Amino acid sequence: MDIKLETIGTTLVVKINGEIDHHTAQVFKSEVDREINLRNIVNLVLDFDGVTFMDSSGIGVVVGRYKEITARGGKVMIIRVKPQVDKILEISGLKTILECSH
Amino acid sequence: MENYMKLEVPAKSINESFVRAVVAAFSVQLDLSVEDLADIKTAVSEAVTNSIVHGYANMKGIVKVVCKVVDGCIEIEISDFGVGIEDVSMAMQPLFTSKPECERSGMGFTVMQTFMDDLVVKSKPGEGTVITMKKCIGG
Repeated sequence: MDIKLETIGTTLVVKINGEIDHHTAQVFKSEVDREINLRNIVNLVLDFDGVTFMDSSGIGVVVGRYKEITARGGKVMIIRVKPQVDKILEISGLKTILECSH
Repeated sequence: MENYMKLEVPAKSINESFVRAVVAAFSVQLDLSVEDLADIKTAVSEAVTNSIVHGYANMKGIVKVVCKVVDGCIEIEISDFGVGIEDVSMAMQPLFTSKPECERSGMGFTVMQTFMDDLVVKSKPGEGTVITMKKCIGG
């Protein structure tokens, strides 16, 4: 997995390529958290176009960032979600608290 | 004789992607749909991650995988010899996690149950856990 970070004002756009599991979630978490703190990020956009796989470890890290961002008064959005990832977002109930789009 | 395969890896998180890819590759012979194969990959990833994170609590150990093709179904057995689960039915509750501080979602067993046609969890504290799951063509 590799991630690309782009900051637009107080919004952080994270483009993820590859698989999100327990192993890669650690990298995701540390890189995104560092950027959130460094640049005083308020809103987070997760671009999932390049995500080829995600399991419940991915849910854990998204929820973790969601808590941080909502504590800052911001919003989390997941865009360009693929069907397999959509299924796990649906089961986890994440789609009821986040804005998700295909 | 029905087709089968056995796999053994050390409980290292880098092996999560390897195991799910191998099991998916083995399952291809069943002519399952792309969605079914994705479901198998996800369920296997959950089981292997559980063994690493909970069974061995990130310590050394071995995860064993046995896959069998039986009557148009793939049977997958994932075992560890770690700490085991005290209360299996509690562990299987959606959102239950023994490690909230590690940002575990508590959705592992729910995903396995939802994505597979059958799931059996056998565990003994101090001995380990065996997860058996099944996916059938058109299941």
